[in-house]
Amino acid sequence: MGSSKKQTAVPVRTKVPSPEEVEKRNTVHINAETVTNVTSTDFPGFYPGEDHSWDIEKFRESVRVVFHQNDPYEAQFSLIGVDASIANAFRRIMIADIPTLAIEDIFMWNNTSVIQDEVLGHRLGLIPFTGGKEGLHNFLKWYKKGETPCDYNTVELELKVKCENNESAPADSKDPKELYHNAHVYAKDIKFVPKGRQAKYFSGENAIRPTNPDILVAKMRPGQEIDLTMHMHKGVGSDHAKFSPVATASYRLMPTITILEPILGRDAEKFQKCFPEGVIGLEKVTKEEAKKKGSGYEGHEGELKAVVLDAMRDTVSRECLRHDEFKDKVKLGRRRDHFIYLVESTGQWESDAIFLESIAHLKEKAKRFEKQVVNMVQ
Amino acid sequence: MAALDDGFEALLEPFYNGKKLTDPISTTQDKFHLVPAFLKVKGLVKQHIDSYNYFVNEEIKDIVRANRVVRSDQDPNFWLEFRDIRVGMPTRTEDGEQVQSRNPVTPMECRLRDLTYAAPVEVDIAYTRDKNVIVRKNIPLCRIPVMLKSAKCYLNGATNAQMEVFNECPLDPGGYFVIGGTEKVILIQEQLSKNRIIVEADEKTGGVMASVTSSTHERKSKTYVVLKKDRIVLQHNTLSEPIPIVIVLKAFGGLSDNDIIELVCGGDARYQDDFLINFDEAGRAGVYTQQQALEYVGARVKMGGNRPKFGAAPRRNHAEEGLDALANLVIAHVTVEGLDFYPKAVYIAMMVRRVLMAAQNPKLVDDRDFVGNKRLELAGQLISLLFEDLFKKFISDVKYNIDNFFKKPNRTSTYDPHGAIMANGHYISHGLNRAIQSGNWTVKRFNMNRAGITHVLSRLSYIAALGMMTRISSQFEKTRKVSGPRALQPSQWGMLCTSDTPEGEACGLVKNLALMTHITTNVPEEPVKKMIFAADESVGPIREYTGTEMHSKGSYIIHLNGTPFAVTREPKRFAARFRTLRRRGWVSPFVSIHINEHFSAVHIATDEGRICRPYIIVKNGKSMLKAEHLKMLQLGQATFDTFLTSGVVEYLDVNEENDTLVALQEDQITNSTTHMEIEPFTILGAVAGLIPFPHHNQSPRNTYQCAMGKQAIGAIAYNQFNRIDTLLYTLVYPQRPMVITKTIQLIHYDKLPAGQNATVVVMSYSGYDIEDALVLNKASLDRGFGRCQVFRKYTAELQGYTNGRRDRVGGIMKDEDDKPIVKHAILDADGLAQVGSKVESGQTMIKKETPLDQISTGIAGDRGSDDYRDASTNYRISDPAIIDKVMISVNERENKLIKVQTRQTRRPELGDKFSSRHGQKGVVGIIVNEEDMPFSDKGLRPDIIMNPHGFPSRMTVGKLFECLTGKASVIAGEKDYGFGDAFRSHPVESMGQALIDHGFSWEGKDYFTSGITGEPMEAYIYNGPIFYQRLKHMVQDKMHSRSRGPRAILTRQPTEGRSRDGGLRLGEMERDCLIAYGASQLLLERLMISSDGTELDVCQECGLFGYKGYCNACKSTRNVTQMTMPYACKLLVQELISMNVGVKLKLEDEFPHPR
Repeated sequence: MGSSKKQTAVPVRTKVPSPEEVEKRNTVHINAETVTNVTSTDFPGFYPGEDHSWDIEKFRESVRVVFHQNDPYEAQFSLIGVDASIANAFRRIMIADIPTLAIEDIFMWNNTSVIQDEVLGHRLGLIPFTGGKEGLHNFLKWYKKGETPCDYNTVELELKVKCENNESAPADSKDPKELYHNAHVYAKDIKFVPKGRQAKYFSGENAIRPTNPDILVAKMRPGQEIDLTMHMHKGVGSDHAKFSPVATASYRLMPTITILEPILGRDAEKFQKCFPEGVIGLEKVTKEEAKKKGSGYEGHEGELKAVVLDAMRDTVSRECLRHDEFKDKVKLGRRRDHFIYLVESTGQWESDAIFLESIAHLKEKAKRFEKQVVNMVQ
Repeated sequence: MAALDDGFEALLEPFYNGKKLTDPISTTQDKFHLVPAFLKVKGLVKQHIDSYNYFVNEEIKDIVRANRVVRSDQDPNFWLEFRDIRVGMPTRTEDGEQVQSRNPVTPMECRLRDLTYAAPVEVDIAYTRDKNVIVRKNIPLCRIPVMLKSAKCYLNGATNAQMEVFNECPLDPGGYFVIGGTEKVILIQEQLSKNRIIVEADEKTGGVMASVTSSTHERKSKTYVVLKKDRIVLQHNTLSEPIPIVIVLKAFGGLSDNDIIELVCGGDARYQDDFLINFDEAGRAGVYTQQQALEYVGARVKMGGNRPKFGAAPRRNHAEEGLDALANLVIAHVTVEGLDFYPKAVYIAMMVRRVLMAAQNPKLVDDRDFVGNKRLELAGQLISLLFEDLFKKFISDVKYNIDNFFKKPNRTSTYDPHGAIMANGHYISHGLNRAIQSGNWTVKRFNMNRAGITHVLSRLSYIAALGMMTRISSQFEKTRKVSGPRALQPSQWGMLCTSDTPEGEACGLVKNLALMTHITTNVPEEPVKKMIFAADESVGPIREYTGTEMHSKGSYIIHLNGTPFAVTREPKRFAARFRTLRRRGWVSPFVSIHINEHFSAVHIATDEGRICRPYIIVKNGKSMLKAEHLKMLQLGQATFDTFLTSGVVEYLDVNEENDTLVALQEDQITNSTTHMEIEPFTILGAVAGLIPFPHHNQSPRNTYQCAMGKQAIGAIAYNQFNRIDTLLYTLVYPQRPMVITKTIQLIHYDKLPAGQNATVVVMSYSGYDIEDALVLNKASLDRGFGRCQVFRKYTAELQGYTNGRRDRVGGIMKDEDDKPIVKHAILDADGLAQVGSKVESGQTMIKKETPLDQISTGIAGDRGSDDYRDASTNYRISDPAIIDKVMISVNERENKLIKVQTRQTRRPELGDKFSSRHGQKGVVGIIVNEEDMPFSDKGLRPDIIMNPHGFPSRMTVGKLFECLTGKASVIAGEKDYGFGDAFRSHPVESMGQALIDHGFSWEGKDYFTSGITGEPMEAYIYNGPIFYQRLKHMVQDKMHSRSRGPRAILTRQPTEGRSRDGGLRLGEMERDCLIAYGASQLLLERLMISSDGTELDVCQECGLFGYKGYCNACKSTRNVTQMTMPYACKLLVQELISMNVGVKLKLEDEFPHPR
């Protein structure tokens, strides 16, 4: 084939797809029982006979990031204009590859509570901690198994609580929290023990502390005691879920709702109820619309019609496809290249920083891969 | 409202729709409140406890009363009388001696110290001493094991707080015994009813047979009336041959031929025609008078058997023999007073009549499998059988002792029976203990010898323990291939659980009680007899009627416990009036009455072991349960028993059930309705009650779940960490099921659950999920899903020996650096393992040593070695564990008792078994990283991915419903949504609406994205929470491999089984494959080289084995050659030779050397 091309030597004519075609390609169809058009082509974004050669300028133009919410522990943003594989890579990296600090080794000096050593250890390990970002991300390094714990790779914590009778408890009290001191052991009872240079990075409000101080660790009764030292190390989520920087990191595709034929009156109200609040609005049919022939609004002036207000709020429950009234009147879909991310941080990273870090990670990985590819070609 | 402390808060909890106490009550919706009310009064294992209580409070006194007096054969003036017997409260003993202690012995102490939870039994006696009557009270007789939570147990009526003080779980049902530290249950035994006529047809010969098993305190015997070739005979196992029935009836005396035919046939000509031929039989035998008849019978009484053992019985003639047999052996439960045989004659005539009727109309035979023809024997009855036997033995021992004493001609003292009672009493204690411990019930006087009556209470899970308490085992042979006894009987409805039965050989033979079932205890007959006459003026004693009158149309014979007692012509009115008496509390609620139209009979039953359950009474088309009753119940002003005597509810047994028309719901009541169901879900038992939406499942699935629910790991009791069980599995984070049932609340499974709510998506994933394998999320495991703990017990007893030496602990071995050797690394200075230390395979936990010298007396230089031999308890499991507890105590023999408990915490791994509550089990096929898991729009990632192929063939729609209901209740945050009761579950439509309201698809299927490609799934995926149980089968306990290892001593073949590090057998069929394939070298290797191949010397001359190249038979080395053969073969040859079977080996070269 290559040879025939050479012979004809006609300049390659590039097809330019129509806007409808682009729209169609860019939509995942949401049907009543199936999802169709889910897979992109073997070479995502490429179509035969068309010019889709990668161009950094074009890429720069098409890719957008829009933040909808950006709190320290929760962020929602849209990443628009990339393929699912890239978007998914970010998601996967956020869950499994970004390092955080978590309790890894426990030195159990004394544990006379009812909760067994391993279970207590497991519970402690799962407590998310936060602290000075500079120290966490730049100062602390990896800890290799068998290495001597040092200030730059290990954070020491301490939990030393003893349950005792509360002499000043009200006489008629039945609440163990009133009757005894330390009846409940919380995450906030864990004390950070700075070592060496850690004092510089983790002092004051930068101290290493549990993200959620009220996590219940154990319950005790008078005479019981927990005394232990903990070592925190850096790790990644693929090793153990406790190292994952996110409670969840996921995305969904931007929903689209296309009203093909007018939905009016009672139907419009019912249609609105098929969606979460704020997705569908009701507007009065205007004079102009009513005049327009073939629009379906003839003679319905002043009646309510359903209009799409904010498709992003849709949860894609497909409820509207269940009712015969709306048959062929509405088309549901999702934009293939519009990813709405939801990232919930567990505290060691700002939610948005996790995403940025994931990009950096992907870059690292690509570089490593590039080396391999180059090696392979040679 | 004050917080209740009795664990029956569920009583006051609203059922659906968050109804409060103040809300209006509708009887249709809320009549289920009677179920907790019933369980509050009766409890789940009340049958056992009631039965035991009846024994210790009443029956034990009856038994003693029946064997009250002991007389001496030697001295006719001496007698000893047992005037009363009492069972006390449990006490401690030391070396068999009662000890005084400040605090009562608790069941928990017994479990931990390996004691028996038993109470002393005391008797009051009176005896003569030189014409004076001496009365002595409170003489200790024996000790009997006490059932937990029975009237004699300290836990009886204890509140939750008191239970805690006793270190006991408030939710523990009780009803079992603690014998030597182990919990033993006496299973409910199912039997054919006693003292009732059963008519059966023999299909082969066309004969009809009526049989009755008479059971009295003295003996059990079976009497048959058989119709064979038109002739009716009576058979009994003490009669050597069948006796023509007319002869028997004549032998009773006082009956003319006309009387006989009237008693049997009444005025019915058809029966008369059939029966007349039997008179010829008597005539042919030459029997015309009572005397002749008695002689005829007497000549056929088997000799031996019931002769008194000591002293020659006076020789009796045939007539006396016959009289005795008829009076005491045949139909023994109909007693003969004076020489009045009339009741017995009526009874036998009735049997004959039933035979004739069945011969005329084959439909009139009885159904052996009908539940109304069954009786359930409970702990109390079984113990009373045993106790009576042991007490009789005791009496004869005491009598022997008395006789021995009075035999002596010149006595120096007067007789005091105290010593004999003390000396022989402990045989009773031992007998009871041994029987309960071993499960072998041996009652000499009934020739009863049953094994497997008791079982160790399974504490694998709370449900397993509960399930064991409601289990019924049948006496039927398991091997016989008959479907009848195994089939589900329609009369099981509501009495026996329809789902809970094992699979396999015991299928249908082992049953379980339904939730509301009660088993009756004995009600005295005498008051009932009076009530029968008082109830209706039409009732007259049977004696006042002739046979024709009895059997005339419209006359109904009233039977009391199967025995004809009275006659009425107004059976319906009588029954109605009798029922009214019962509903008002004049007659015990457990007395049943029903009319049998076919036999014109009214049956009143007061006997024990009948299966019954309560119903709401309906009168004139109106339910007697009114809203105010429920209100009273809720306010605590009434209990279930109040309703029993106020005519709201009553108990019906299976027979009486047949006389009723029961409506399921209030709106189904018609004018002819007599009763209403309290709650339809009570047709299931406690174990099947765990299943949500069971009415949507294929029935075998529910049965499978009943078997698996007992294997689920979870919390077993509140005191689980205080107990030291041989093997204990617990879940680290058990959860209350998202979808529960009312039964779950009633049996408190929500407080001691065994499983977790897993988020399940139903989709195909990775191919590692075929054949029901599950895909698990690794992050879920990291976070504690399915994590469980395994506790094991190791015990050692430090015994003392007769020479005063004792076992000891200690003696840790040290290495050169004065550190303990690895084997003893975890031992403390006292020779016991340190709590909290990790123990690896081979390490010692209890360093026990026994003295080498255990027999020397130490007298006059007879002194053995002072050395000790190691007898330590080592940890033998390959996976390490942690020492959880070490207990040191003293047992009943005053030996030091050491218990060490180890603990393993296990996270689920590949191959571990899980199951939902719908009989859908599966093993973990792959554990997937969280980022690879599919995720929904909300970011939800599943804990478990289940393959959809599990659904079509299993048809477990209930599981789909559980998932949907669970999802709706989670999303809506409504706890009350999650009810999946049988026949009254929450409608699924409203669940769908809840999902829609929260932006989900109504059918529970959502849009998911693949975690691997990042692209959407092409189908919507069903997802939601499903309660998953972790089953006890774990890979860690089963994994096994071996290359080299131990061999059996005898055969030198590799040992068998994982516990002995055994080899994997290449069996017959595998061998066949290798032969067929022709892999001869592999065969040789597997069966010889890798097994028990031995080099042997064989003499070619004589064919015997030689030794070291020398044949001892031929005295030469000439023809001895070496060969290899399996050691087992060599063994066989030698064993045959030792039995004088000559075996010679003839050797031949298959490939002769070319010479």
